[in-house]
Amino acid sequence: MELSSRRGLDLFIIFCVFLSLFYGSRAEVPTKPTAGVTILPPIKPDSGPQPYPDDEKSNLPVFTMDYPRIQIPFEITLWMLLASFAKIGFHVYHKITVWVPESCLLVSIGLIVGAIMHSVHEKPPAVLTSNVFFLYMLPPIVLDSGYFMPTRPFFENVGTVLWFAVVGTLWNSIGIGMSLFAICQIEAFGVQDINLQENLLFATIISAVDPVAVLSVFEDVNVNEQLYIVVFGECLFNDAVTVVLYSMFSFVAEMPVVEPVDVFLGVARFFVVGLGGMGFGVLFGFVAAFTTRFTSKVREIEPLFIFMYSYLAYLVAELFAISSIMAIVCCALTMKYYVEENVSQRSCTTIRHVVKMLGSISETLIFFFLGVVTITTDHEWNWGYILFTLLFAFIWRGLGVLVLTQIINPFRTIPFNIKDQFGLAYGGLRGAISFALAFTLPDNISRKHLFVTATIVIILFTVFLQGISIRPLIEFINVRRTNRDTDTINVEIHSRLMEHTMAGIEDICGQWSHYYWKDKFMKFNNRILRRILLRDNRAESSIVALYKKLELQNALEILDTVSGDISAAPSLISLQEEKKNSSKPKKKFLAGDLKNMHDILSKNMYKIRERTVAFTSKHALPNDSQRREILIRRHSSVRRSLRPGSFQTRMVPKSQKYFSLPPGESLNSRFPPTRRSFADAQETMSEVAYPARRSRFGKRSSSGAMMPLHRLDTLKEVSSVDVLNESERGSAGRGSQPRPQSFRRHHSARDNNGLAENVRIGRDDVEEEEEDRPRASPPPAWAAEPRNDTPRNPLLRRPQWNEKK
Amino acid sequence: MGSRASTLLREEEIEEIKKETGFSHSQITRLYSRFTSLDKGENGALSREDFQRIPELAINPLGDRIINAFFPDGEDQVNFRGFMRTLAHFRPVEDNEKNKNVSNTEPLNSRMNKLHFAFQLYDLDRDDKISRDELLQVLRMMVGVNISDEQLGSIADRTIQEADTNGDGCISFTEFMKVLEKVDVEQKMSIRFLH
Repeated sequence: MELSSRRGLDLFIIFCVFLSLFYGSRAEVPTKPTAGVTILPPIKPDSGPQPYPDDEKSNLPVFTMDYPRIQIPFEITLWMLLASFAKIGFHVYHKITVWVPESCLLVSIGLIVGAIMHSVHEKPPAVLTSNVFFLYMLPPIVLDSGYFMPTRPFFENVGTVLWFAVVGTLWNSIGIGMSLFAICQIEAFGVQDINLQENLLFATIISAVDPVAVLSVFEDVNVNEQLYIVVFGECLFNDAVTVVLYSMFSFVAEMPVVEPVDVFLGVARFFVVGLGGMGFGVLFGFVAAFTTRFTSKVREIEPLFIFMYSYLAYLVAELFAISSIMAIVCCALTMKYYVEENVSQRSCTTIRHVVKMLGSISETLIFFFLGVVTITTDHEWNWGYILFTLLFAFIWRGLGVLVLTQIINPFRTIPFNIKDQFGLAYGGLRGAISFALAFTLPDNISRKHLFVTATIVIILFTVFLQGISIRPLIEFINVRRTNRDTDTINVEIHSRLMEHTMAGIEDICGQWSHYYWKDKFMKFNNRILRRILLRDNRAESSIVALYKKLELQNALEILDTVSGDISAAPSLISLQEEKKNSSKPKKKFLAGDLKNMHDILSKNMYKIRERTVAFTSKHALPNDSQRREILIRRHSSVRRSLRPGSFQTRMVPKSQKYFSLPPGESLNSRFPPTRRSFADAQETMSEVAYPARRSRFGKRSSSGAMMPLHRLDTLKEVSSVDVLNESERGSAGRGSQPRPQSFRRHHSARDNNGLAENVRIGRDDVEEEEEDRPRASPPPAWAAEPRNDTPRNPLLRRPQWNEKK
Repeated sequence: MGSRASTLLREEEIEEIKKETGFSHSQITRLYSRFTSLDKGENGALSREDFQRIPELAINPLGDRIINAFFPDGEDQVNFRGFMRTLAHFRPVEDNEKNKNVSNTEPLNSRMNKLHFAFQLYDLDRDDKISRDELLQVLRMMVGVNISDEQLGSIADRTIQEADTNGDGCISFTEFMKVLEKVDVEQKMSIRFLH
């Protein structure tokens, strides 16, 4: 079949690549060309005329090879390519990634490659030195996590997250360390020479959880937000804690005697490290944000600043031996909000893509090397120690989660139930950090190989076993999800309506959330920070830019759609049909139908808007397509409904008015007031000879689209001309282009918000418009006759002339 | 055009609003500053464009309807009193209020009034019934584009079927309240207004 042949092809490619790879990865210069590489022999001077008279000297070689020069970059590139091919390969067969997490697959491929390398007695590249890992491979991963962290849920749960990260890791390390030390005392296992410090050090290494695989499962299964964010945050912060503890314990492990003073100093050091890391991160974040304020002329290198500043934060923290992970995470968090408003849209996209890419490749490489190194490293196996390590890791993790949850639950607004706790405990996979730390153990620890082996065993065990089984388990125990199946459809719909309403009301009130400190911070932010750090202190996210563009298109389209037949949109048609069928007999709904409905609703209803990026899967970029969809829908509905002739029956207008159509401008101040319905009004308008009266039409054609236009003041130099040029609706030569400016200006002059002066693009129509206005006063008869069939709801009403103020 | 309205809130006004809506002094002042910051025309009243200027409302599927709920029938300007009156619906329900209230009118933030607010988001033509069309409109606004109209239609049918007790094919306000009787509306539709 096609799939398998493609897969076969991929495997073949992979095979070829690493065949050439391990031929190339020799340490010494190959003196002879090997079978995998072809080299042309130099031209022999045996036959033919001699170019140079000297026969003893060798001739100019036409083709040479100098491998050592490029060796290191070449190998790095090849390894990266190989790992990436593996990633491609997984997604060829889609089903696999659903059941087996990607990290498992990568490790497996690494194992295969490692086996091959081992069989030809090659050594893996020296990528696992402390420096390479901590300076080059770790920062991108952490930057990726920090940059795409969902900040709102994070800050609402920050206490819990820190609690689990810090206290949980401490609990785990000390617990496992102590128990292992107890085990070591038993003679039967032959590990008596490991002292307490070394045990504690080892325990620290293996208590760092890295639930990458778990997070993607959680997301697919749609577990409740609280659980997700706690697992995510714990993963991020316990890296920092682990590294701190590790450096502390390794320092201590080298000391022969530990005094109480040292313990106390250790605690103090912990705080210095943690808070110092945060402080540095925030500082660099602000500096980065400030720098981007001035980068409007150098758009091409804008993304560079992000990376340089975060990396700098990392390195400076490393310089002072404080928590570099915290530094880079805090830097990313601080920076992101301001930078994304300062830089151009393209730079923003570039930044996101590059951050994701670097993080992804680093992670891939790490798991890959895990597999490779597993085979090729020297192991020391000790049944007792290793098995007990596994056992204790599980026990202490479970206990830890249980105890800590009991303590923290009273403080939480949404306490964790047993199922959540199970998810939390079971989701404690180990990963990259443990791996790296194990390899960077100082060599003076006698049992280093044992530790390395034990670490690898734990990682493999948790990644494979727990990673693969967590999905069915979560679904089986039915962890509380974000949608509830037991409610009626009514409740689900109305609840969502209420949630959207509340989000809207909160936005109207300008409240960020319920929390006092957050609101205070947002005020501080708005007043002070944004002024300093933002170049242009107006919210200009991509959504808002899209909104403005759509409004402009709206306006143009209204002009351009004359009385031609616009076929009503499908939803209009179907609604009309349904009106006819409204007398259908009552349908019977089966239970299966009901479940389907719940599924449909839960999967398709728009989520409540969030101020920050919603959850991002570890392997995907965030997408705001939902919001764009909402925007585009609303605008197309506005456009559609304002097209003349789009309403055929009297009934339909009532049901179509789901846009706000304030009775602003007069639709028909020049026409006799004989209309009975909005539909008729439109039709009458369409009868008018348009070309002669385009400016009138522009004035009339309502407010629904025109109203927001005066908000487009920022468009004036940014992209107004571009947008106008882009949205070529048919013949530009019809003079449609000056129109939007004319009625925009006209409207704004009428509205007189003081923004009128911002929207002057062309001045040709000013005089014409000006002289229209005096004549556009309502005929007395019009104003005096209240329509008695005017629906009270302005959304349903025809726009009437309403002299403003 | 438009005279500059006084931008200071007088004490007696604050007292009146307090009595009518139940907000505290500091809440009223805070909301007043929000009101003035939204009121770009500085004429003491908000129009629909002022609301539409809030970018987050543009990406709220129900944005237009929420805005519309602020404007009493037939008007396009809402002054501060009206603004507060609408927002008063979302005050949390306090226990002591239930005892205190001896007047005939329910406080604005009672459960029934909250539900009525939600009801009116559906019921545009104010006939006190949610017809199938109105329901469909709101549903269409709230879901993505992947749902076909038939699916949406059957969801709407099921909704009406569940709620409709008197068989008229529409959901009246009483039926609406009944359907949501188990839902903690007081908590769902409340904001803790900040001081």
